[in-house]
Amino acid sequence: MKAVGTVHKYGDNVDTDVIIPARYLNSSDPAELKKNCMEDIDKEFVNRVKDGDIMVAGKNFGCGSSREHAPIAIKASGISCVIADTFARIFYRNAINIGLPIIECKEAAESIQAGDTVEIDFDSGKITDKTTGMEFMGQSFPPFMQEIIKSEGLVNYINKNNI
Amino acid sequence: MGMTMTQKILASHAGLDHVKAGQLIQAKLDLVLGNDVTTPVAIHEMEKFNKKDVFDKDKIALVMDHFTPNKDIKSAEHCKCVREFSAENDITNFFDVGEMGIEHALLPEKGLVVAGETVIGADSHTCTYGALGAFSTGVGSTDMAAGMATGQAWFKVPAAIRFELKGRPEKWVSGKDIILHIIGMIGVDGALYRSMEFTGDGIKYLSMDDRFAMANMAIEAGAKNGIFPVDDLTKEYMKEHSVKEYTIYEADADAEYDETYTIDLSELKPTVSFPHLPENTKTVDEAGDVKIDQVVIGSCTNGRISDLRIAADIMKDRKVAKGVRVIIIPATQDIYLEAMREGYMETFIKAGAVVSTPTCGPCLGGHMGILAAGERAVATTNRNFVGRMGHVDSEVYLASPAVAAASAITGKISQPSELGL
Repeated sequence: MKAVGTVHKYGDNVDTDVIIPARYLNSSDPAELKKNCMEDIDKEFVNRVKDGDIMVAGKNFGCGSSREHAPIAIKASGISCVIADTFARIFYRNAINIGLPIIECKEAAESIQAGDTVEIDFDSGKITDKTTGMEFMGQSFPPFMQEIIKSEGLVNYINKNNI
Repeated sequence: MGMTMTQKILASHAGLDHVKAGQLIQAKLDLVLGNDVTTPVAIHEMEKFNKKDVFDKDKIALVMDHFTPNKDIKSAEHCKCVREFSAENDITNFFDVGEMGIEHALLPEKGLVVAGETVIGADSHTCTYGALGAFSTGVGSTDMAAGMATGQAWFKVPAAIRFELKGRPEKWVSGKDIILHIIGMIGVDGALYRSMEFTGDGIKYLSMDDRFAMANMAIEAGAKNGIFPVDDLTKEYMKEHSVKEYTIYEADADAEYDETYTIDLSELKPTVSFPHLPENTKTVDEAGDVKIDQVVIGSCTNGRISDLRIAADIMKDRKVAKGVRVIIIPATQDIYLEAMREGYMETFIKAGAVVSTPTCGPCLGGHMGILAAGERAVATTNRNFVGRMGHVDSEVYLASPAVAAASAITGKISQPSELGL
């Protein structure tokens, strides 16, 4: 499985309050949530984002509130993968559980710039910045998490394994 | 190699004699928690499971605390969805307006969590129950749904950082100041994926409310959980509030810690986190002249009775500074009643503050105290991210109840000593 898209770049400690502000949490509908995704940090994101685009950020991406509305809003916006130096742990779980691909890679997070075209090979973990020609290897998931990702989320995984 | 306190609790719930950091385990849950924002998403996910029933109607707690009393029609629909789900599944611990309080103050008060348990909650501040010697951690709605259906959750066993607390804090230094100091020291990702285990003789000087405030903010350092050893004070609290049996776990003498920090509590000063990250800490002495528009005293961090007592002691026979709005939110109905009995309500109202029914409201910019552009609040809450309490150009300064109350009187960031206290 591969993803190719244009990069939207952010810094460190992007919190779930700026990904989807609490004033919009009176809805849990992905189509509603995506209208205000990233609003408090990047007002133009919703107008700029295209299906398949990639988000790249620094350390501790998705810190703060446990709201699953945050990865849901990002996924509904059309983002095919989030690359970050590190993810906050609840966001990390939530992304895997809802089937939003994420990759930890410090070098890629530092080097890739906004507007670059990036390709990700999920099977090998290889990240290619097609704009600069640079290649990076993302951290691979443990087999257990790969199973959840292959099942397209926790619900299917539990159903499949009769837990 | 020995195990940390957290690792021992996780091992027991996974049916294993031993676990080590990094190991993936499937653990049994003693309680699954959700609120009015996160539970509707979990209910929607539950519908996709082959197994539609909840694993145990007594081991699920659903608390309508975030946007209640309902702030708008959409929020009312969310609460209605959870109310109907609770009725259909005969959920024992469903707390609606009238019974509800802010979830992380309510659950310990109702005796629903005790030492040695494993708890997940679809709210990031679920780590609060570490104050009782339990393993508790925040998750998202899908994990909550899986927990409600199966009674289990997967965990990566965390490594740990030890905080050895020694010495006695000064009068106006509380658990909030200690945890803000620690977050300032290690940063908002300083404990990422790991446990924060608090140890040391200094713990005996910390009230349960201090410990709740500290465990509550472990997430603000990125931690999976924060946890305190069980002492006589913890046992007394559990005896007063719960009929559940508890289990005391202690870290092994040879438990492995990534780092150990020793903190002399007697050296700490009242501390404030400046916008827009909890790690941007300064002591009040260093804060300078920061004029404020609003004060919020409440939340799952600092809306407990001792927090209100401290605020009332400072505000008694004083007046709120002109131009400052002061909102006081007792975290539960029982705390509300006790504050009434103790006369704190009268103190607050005479000082010029308003007192609200329990709600998370302003802490997350939901309702009951939203800030306009350019406005500043001192709040006893836990996050000061961009736009957290309202407009993206507003600012939140995190502080203890003592600092918040003193600031309410002077109209700028202050500490009780500036009032001669």
